[in-house]
Amino acid sequence: MSTVSSTDDLTRATASGLASAIAAGDVSSVEVTQAHLDRMAAVEPAVHAFLHVDGERALAAAATVDQARAAGEALGPLAGVPVALKDVLTYAGAPTTAGSRVLEGWVPPYDATVTRRMLDAGLVILGKTNLDEFAMGSSTENSAYGPTHNPWDLDRIPGGSGGGSAAALAAFEAPLAIGTDTGGSIRQPASVTGTVGIKPTYGGTSRYGLVALASSLDQPGPCARTVLDAALLHAVIAGHDPLDSTSANAPVPDVVSAARSGDVRGLKIGVVRELGGEGYQPGVEQRFREAVDLLAGLGAEIVEVSCPNFAYALPAYYLILPSEASSNLAKFDGMRFGLRTGDDGSHDAEEVMGLTREAGFGAEVKRRIILGTYALSSGYYDAYYGQAQKVRTLVTRDFASAFAQVDVLVSPSTPGTAFKIGEKVDDPLAMYLNDLCTIPSNLAGNASASFPVGLAPEDGLPVGLQVMAPPLADDRLYRVGAALERALEERWGGPLLAQAPELVVPAVVGGTK
Amino acid sequence: MTTTAPDLVVDYDDAVGRFDPVLGLEVHVELNTASKMFCGCSTAFGAEPNTQVCPTCLGLPGSLPVVNETAVESAIRIGLALNCSIARWCRFARKNYFYPDQPKNYQISQYDEPIAYDGWAEVEVPDDEGVLRTYRIEIERAHMEEDTGKSLHVGGATGRIHGADHSLLDYNRSGVPLIEIVTRPIEGAGKYAPAVARAYVAMLRDLLRGLGVSDVRMEQGSLRCDANVSLRPTPDAPLGTRTETKNVNSLRSVERAIRYEITRQAAVLSDGGRVKQETRHWQEGPGTTSSGRSKEQAEEYRYFPDPDLVPVAPAPAWVESLRATLPEPPAKRLRRISAEWGFSEAELRDVVASGALDQVEATVAAGTTPQAARKWWLGELTRRANTDGVELEQLPVTPDQVAELQGLVDAGTINDKLAREVLEGVLAGEGSPAAVVQQRSLAVVSDDGALGAAVDEAIAANPGVADKIRAGKVQAAGALIGAVMKSMGGKADAARVRELVLERLT
Repeated sequence: MSTVSSTDDLTRATASGLASAIAAGDVSSVEVTQAHLDRMAAVEPAVHAFLHVDGERALAAAATVDQARAAGEALGPLAGVPVALKDVLTYAGAPTTAGSRVLEGWVPPYDATVTRRMLDAGLVILGKTNLDEFAMGSSTENSAYGPTHNPWDLDRIPGGSGGGSAAALAAFEAPLAIGTDTGGSIRQPASVTGTVGIKPTYGGTSRYGLVALASSLDQPGPCARTVLDAALLHAVIAGHDPLDSTSANAPVPDVVSAARSGDVRGLKIGVVRELGGEGYQPGVEQRFREAVDLLAGLGAEIVEVSCPNFAYALPAYYLILPSEASSNLAKFDGMRFGLRTGDDGSHDAEEVMGLTREAGFGAEVKRRIILGTYALSSGYYDAYYGQAQKVRTLVTRDFASAFAQVDVLVSPSTPGTAFKIGEKVDDPLAMYLNDLCTIPSNLAGNASASFPVGLAPEDGLPVGLQVMAPPLADDRLYRVGAALERALEERWGGPLLAQAPELVVPAVVGGTK
Repeated sequence: MTTTAPDLVVDYDDAVGRFDPVLGLEVHVELNTASKMFCGCSTAFGAEPNTQVCPTCLGLPGSLPVVNETAVESAIRIGLALNCSIARWCRFARKNYFYPDQPKNYQISQYDEPIAYDGWAEVEVPDDEGVLRTYRIEIERAHMEEDTGKSLHVGGATGRIHGADHSLLDYNRSGVPLIEIVTRPIEGAGKYAPAVARAYVAMLRDLLRGLGVSDVRMEQGSLRCDANVSLRPTPDAPLGTRTETKNVNSLRSVERAIRYEITRQAAVLSDGGRVKQETRHWQEGPGTTSSGRSKEQAEEYRYFPDPDLVPVAPAPAWVESLRATLPEPPAKRLRRISAEWGFSEAELRDVVASGALDQVEATVAAGTTPQAARKWWLGELTRRANTDGVELEQLPVTPDQVAELQGLVDAGTINDKLAREVLEGVLAGEGSPAAVVQQRSLAVVSDDGALGAAVDEAIAANPGVADKIRAGKVQAAGALIGAVMKSMGGKADAARVRELVLERLT
């Protein structure tokens, strides 16, 4: 028997609850999908989490699931549940912009592997969510299509680059979302919106169909409001993909069982000494320490661990990422797809490429392309890209020696809570510091996640705790996350998001964007 | 378009008398794998433009490359056949440059970690006295990469991108696996340098064909040669400035282009000038090279290891198993063939020099004697290839057909003269030799009825000759046989005619 019925507010339900209600016939996928489309119509003008919504297509997919159920076909564990897709993964027939003008109007002819697996599992894709242009940013303010607003405070950023996916969850526009994490783009938005975000082990999910930012760092992952929901989505999208050479040919860790268990007794948890102290918001540190104490109370063993090279992770990241991005983004030249500028008969192909890139890329993208082009140039390669790769090795060794002592590492997910829109747009370095805690796991490729652990007392905004696990030990993230969620919700008397303010819905209602 | 005066050249003998040429050859080989280097698209040549493409070879956002294992295997086999060391571990690198035929604006290639390196090969070239001399060519590396698409520049006078009204792009070739084989500087060949280069490319072509890894069709671009040429005053002087000549798409062009470039550079240097480091394009028609892209500035390709791909680490046991599958090395094969066929050194040299070794061998394998096979390929067929300006293997006749043709001669169905006519028919696409014999009614007539009538006619028309034969001058029969031949359009069985004449008159 399921716990959700059609008289409930379906948008507040968990994905697992919705899935079992749909499977039991208590509610149809069409009803669930329509409820979310209605919610979008109401709150999107304020939140702007989505860049593209195709309600008809979503309802048609939902109806297919309902028919399959009626015909007695076996349904997957998330069949019929709506999901929001970050607009950096392809979904055939739906525009993919990656938040950039340069891709305006491009409709991919193929599905990303993550997309394909969700469709095969009967998930209903609602639309494509907003992001910083080409996933470069920590606030969605770099989106060419306007920023997304944090449902906790509409004047604040929802994090980035995956602010759209995180805000869609926090605003109850979708129970599940897909993000991608290159330096924290799943975890930092999860942290500042009070949601759950998982960066799987590099290679754990396929990058095929993910518009590449930095190939050696990018990783798609699940976003949700609960730990179990994230695990269920993780199980759908993860696993070896022959279309991605960097995909791990290894069994998917049993994340769902781990999320159901939440048993941390005997688990050795290392607190990373270098990720805290100066520069960290007091309320963030407070909630982090409380959560660690809670884990200790649940039977985990807490030790302090030093990862001295994490201090160099951020500068190394800002050489490796721009280097790879400068090459990955070279294809956006107006020749084959997307924006084309200056093709008026007076410019040759090379000039059209230049004019298109000038018009199509935003300031942050140009900044990183220029940085990366420089870092890869002959004569500079060894000093920049080469040196950064050595730091990357050192960071990976720090993790290896830490994981020789402990099962998981923890830290705050971000040094601060959500900041005001516009506050850091003119200060790229301040913006980059948002990812201070999350970047090491991208460099090393290990699994990492952010879980909500409360509100900072000084501003009442969500705080996230980051859990880092060894490569292919993604299940440990879920054990820790589930333990925290269970204990904290008991303390709070319900989910953290229940404390979020009701969105002030503008009078104009109707029609999705 | 500006017209430039033709380049000054000096006489070739003069050029190589005053300067020592040094060559460097970069040969690109398109592998004949069924699918492309990094995706599953077909590599078949000549399909409708942009019909053999997918997100990966079009470089669409989000697409990813996956290495074609067969291409790696071919690369290793090529490396082994060229006596290279095979890397235990190597990576693909991105070569970044913007050009519309390069859909990602970077080419996946190999940079400082080629799959094969430090090899060598030997070629034999006859000197002026006809003595075969052996040259050892050092192979620096053989690496894997993907081919680009093809641009067609429409409008404008040159067919090049500058001045064109618009350009069309065909990405069918984009992502086709290529192996680039790079020599170390080829020194010490002196005036024979162009011939050595030709022999090297011919050797590679034969070797690659023997390996079965490429169609090696130069005219289709599946084997392409870029020739680097530089001159220096003496063999002990430092290397001169080089030019790189592209668009050299036949064995003959390899030799001609290098020969031309030597005479052009010699003219520049003799005049006290400086050779410009640049890419030049071979122009088949006038037989000259023209100036292309300047390479005076250092190239900036921003190479870095491709993060979309994992390293290639061929297991040593696998490499050894591939070594065991290599065909006979060309030099060893020559020695064996020489012994088996009983050719004189001159005969064998002619076969090798004319590039007919494969054809002769295949014809012998189809049942023809080595001498007969040699006679066809070096005689009639070489003449025909020269007339048509094509390579021997481009002639529309197979070794099996040549063997069939010779079989018809040996069986007496046709004579040598008729055989040449049959060959004409085969080359004209009229079918197999037997079919041509039938369609053109070329079989020798040995039917006694028809021959007897013709003989009687000839005797009646030449009573004087007949009397001589009756008088015992048997050698006079030739005149009557000739008359019969003439009356029967050359198709009479001469031996039988002779018998019939003698039967009647002696």
